[in-house]
Amino acid sequence: MATPIETKLKDSLAAAGLALVLSIPFIGLHTLSTDQGLVVESRWVWVAWAVGLVFIGRLLLGFARDALAARAASRPKKPARPVVAGEPTLAARLTRAFMVAALMFAVTLPFMPYSDRYIIDLGTTVLIYILLALGLNVTVGLAGLLDLGFVAFYAIGAYSFALLAKFFGLDFWVCLPLSGLIAALFGALLSLPILRLRGDYLAIVTLGFGEITRIVILNWQSLTGGPNGVSGIPRPGLFGLSFDRRPPEGMGSFHELTGIDFSGEHRLMFLYLIVLALVCLAAWVINRLRALPVGRAWEALREDEIACRSLGINPTASKVSAYAVGGMMGGFAGCFFAARQGFVSPESFGFIESALILAIVVLGGMGSQVGVVIAALFIVMLPELGREFADYRMIVFGLAMITIMVWRPGGLLSTRVPTVKLDQKGA
Amino acid sequence: MSEPLLNVTGLTMRFGGLVAVDGVNLSADTGRITALIGPNGAGKTTIFNCLTGFYKPTSGELSLSHPTRGKVSLQTLPGYQVARHGVVRTFQNIRLFPRMTVLENLLVAQHVGLMRKSVLGIAGLLGLKGWRTAQHEAIERARFWINRLDLGAVANEEAGNLSYGVQRRVEIARAMNTDPLLLCLDEPAAGLNPRETAALGELLQGIRAEFGIGILLIEHDMKLVMGISDHIHVVEYGRKIAEGTPEQIRTDERVIKAYLGEPDEEELPPAVAADIADVAGEGDRV
Amino acid sequence: MDASALGTFLQYLINGITLGAIYGLIAIGYTMVYGIIRMINFAHGEIYMIGAFVAVTTFSLLSALGIVAVPLALLLVLLVSIFFTAAYGWTVERVAYRPLRGAPKLAPLISAIGMSIFLQNYVMQTQGSRPKPLAPVMNGGISLWQGDGFTLSVSYIQLFIIALTFALMVGFTQLINRTALGRAQRACEQDRTMAGLLGINVDRTISLTFVMGAALAAVAGVLVTMYYGVIDFYIGFLAGMKAFTAAVLGGIGSLPGAMLGGLLIGLIEAFFTGYISGAYKDVASFTVLIAVLVFRPTGLLGRPDIEKV
Repeated sequence: MATPIETKLKDSLAAAGLALVLSIPFIGLHTLSTDQGLVVESRWVWVAWAVGLVFIGRLLLGFARDALAARAASRPKKPARPVVAGEPTLAARLTRAFMVAALMFAVTLPFMPYSDRYIIDLGTTVLIYILLALGLNVTVGLAGLLDLGFVAFYAIGAYSFALLAKFFGLDFWVCLPLSGLIAALFGALLSLPILRLRGDYLAIVTLGFGEITRIVILNWQSLTGGPNGVSGIPRPGLFGLSFDRRPPEGMGSFHELTGIDFSGEHRLMFLYLIVLALVCLAAWVINRLRALPVGRAWEALREDEIACRSLGINPTASKVSAYAVGGMMGGFAGCFFAARQGFVSPESFGFIESALILAIVVLGGMGSQVGVVIAALFIVMLPELGREFADYRMIVFGLAMITIMVWRPGGLLSTRVPTVKLDQKGA
Repeated sequence: MSEPLLNVTGLTMRFGGLVAVDGVNLSADTGRITALIGPNGAGKTTIFNCLTGFYKPTSGELSLSHPTRGKVSLQTLPGYQVARHGVVRTFQNIRLFPRMTVLENLLVAQHVGLMRKSVLGIAGLLGLKGWRTAQHEAIERARFWINRLDLGAVANEEAGNLSYGVQRRVEIARAMNTDPLLLCLDEPAAGLNPRETAALGELLQGIRAEFGIGILLIEHDMKLVMGISDHIHVVEYGRKIAEGTPEQIRTDERVIKAYLGEPDEEELPPAVAADIADVAGEGDRV
Repeated sequence: MDASALGTFLQYLINGITLGAIYGLIAIGYTMVYGIIRMINFAHGEIYMIGAFVAVTTFSLLSALGIVAVPLALLLVLLVSIFFTAAYGWTVERVAYRPLRGAPKLAPLISAIGMSIFLQNYVMQTQGSRPKPLAPVMNGGISLWQGDGFTLSVSYIQLFIIALTFALMVGFTQLINRTALGRAQRACEQDRTMAGLLGINVDRTISLTFVMGAALAAVAGVLVTMYYGVIDFYIGFLAGMKAFTAAVLGGIGSLPGAMLGGLLIGLIEAFFTGYISGAYKDVASFTVLIAVLVFRPTGLLGRPDIEKV
């Protein structure tokens, strides 16, 4: 039923009035630092604009809601199609198709004629976030354990590589599994004190872990270099072949060996392919784990911990393994991040990263790998697309997060794909 | 005479000043259906929770006679370990894994065995033969119970979408998938109509006959209790007030008093007296 | 212990209590919202920051208008800040949380984080990213003790903060326990559906909860502006985290717990900074939190969580 025009106008007027009140102290007035202290200036034109925009926006929203409701009402109700046991559902088939297409696109991306440094770089960033989100997805999406401090594993992975390289001269390929293991160990250890905590308490404690990690890294100058970080991290090579113009000591040159002309892009492409491989490996492993008792126990834990206990599942072991596996993925991502940048500093590991990764997991529809991919694309690309707006893009980003959650609280893809199906051959 | 499968002696559970269970002795045996009945608030679920490791009893001895592990004291064990020894329970408010399918629910029940076969997941990840065989067997074991409990049509449905009666069956199937020694059912007939209750009774009797495990159930549905139980324990206000066969319990004065209260000094109106006699004789008609 | 060591200790104590009072005021907002809708209002720190900014603007405006008399200016700033901050608090609830009331638990959390990002950048864009210094409003203090080259003093601002916070706590407790609004709130906390069925306007009760929390955060913002003399758009995140920690430490959902938690965090910070190092003071706070939660998983004064099996 469409709301009458008077209601819409009243709503919009109320919204505009509210906007007026809210905008007075921030948009209408602002303080400037001068030699005499703070001086207050007014910008009432901006207020007028803000109020006007809110009024029109609210009005349009009212009309849009009516239109959507009318369309939904007029569409005839489709009878639910019965699920035929054994046949993959449409959702499962689309998911598989999408993943294949995405994979093909991703693999060929660096070789496409239109791909320049910027695109490959962006792609690499997206893939790093996908890897991080896949890790957090295990803890939060599969096992249902909240973690607001996932950035800690990212930092631990990155600094593990940085310090192992600095003090022991180890290279990327050796440090990659080590970083993962160290991060996994931290994940297991950090999870021990919080096993009995209820979900919301986990929020602040895990947030605390994230902050503690950053603060320790920032202040333990002798080990981590403090705010200056660690630089000179070696780039990964391919079987001992470096992609640099002048390969470091002890390494051959990729370009010399293959006869391909040097281009700075090749190193970027190589890095991109490494992280793509990591993402594929992580996705495959996690998918397999879901169908193994370890993974099933995670999901069962999320659904009902008490029922789990009644079936003989040790909830402690399950929770610790979830944090450890999730942390391990974070560690891999961190190690790669360090390799890509060549240096690490505590600035890259603040709470906002934890928040972004969590947003990707929730937006993707917890537990869904495809959702994670789509959500990561969205969250990384959105600020990029708004580059022209530079300063305003974070405002828009915050609003976008709110809007999407209100529109799709369950995430973009909230249907769960079962890990196993029973085929009905013979009753 | 051999040890009963489960022997509970002097079980006491105190919550602060409130004594919920006071010195209860009971036992349940393999191949028998034992019922625990009593008015609401008598402490039946509390006893269950103590038994299955969800509460830590204030005092008492819960001893399980395990066929291979000998005598196991359950009162100090956490819930999941009690389950691993073969004492598995269902819940008054059904606790399935709603977003997982029926099949997956049953596979979760086989977790302990499968974990061992997957060797910390490594054999599983690599898809080794040993694991694949174990997985196949697990699915077949689940299929057996799916068919036995007539869940074939919903095997791949999410458990949360199923109707109440079906969910109850899934819960029992899931418990059976753990290969239990003692199946503890907390009001399995709650919310079921008479036809479903009768089917439940047949199912439990069938399980007793075929698998020879022990069944311990809390129930309010007297028809079901009287019809299938081999032995009944009655509790009231946290204390056991009677035990025996259905015939003995049916006519036990203390039990009747607990459920129906004291008869008044004056003569009961004939209609009411007839009703009471009916209940006492109800069991015959199952 | 010699006199100056005792003096130092007492000075840290005074500083810690002052800081703790401010954290406590903010923590109450977190705990009330959690109590009534089981949700962590991640944007609450930003509400406090908004209170501080409105205070700065109002102080500047008043001084430009020549109103500098402390009691009057202070009162006006408090009222103005409370008014606008409450409006923001009300709006945040309507926009980011109400539509998600039935949603899975993480959706409102992400929405809250989005709102926090939005508000931080909103203030940064409209007021500039540089810190705002404010001329001191209340000067001077009482020298409690002097000797050995050390002075133990408590400033008027500190006294004011402690006194005002105490008064607000008493008033608030009365509000919660004695008034109809308080009853409605407690009913909604325990069983929202039933409260609604009994005629309580649940939406309005929840809105009022947010408004009250925002008002207290506004007061904290005003106090902090006067105490430190400088603010920037990032203080919301920092104080928000501390206050959230305090609320959980005290037992989330418990009002006295929030105040207790706030005081504890303030004291930990003051003593740790004074005696050991300022850099790791947050590590100390979090460590205490984790230690407490290990032994009391629902916080110091939180109600133990008994799940019915």
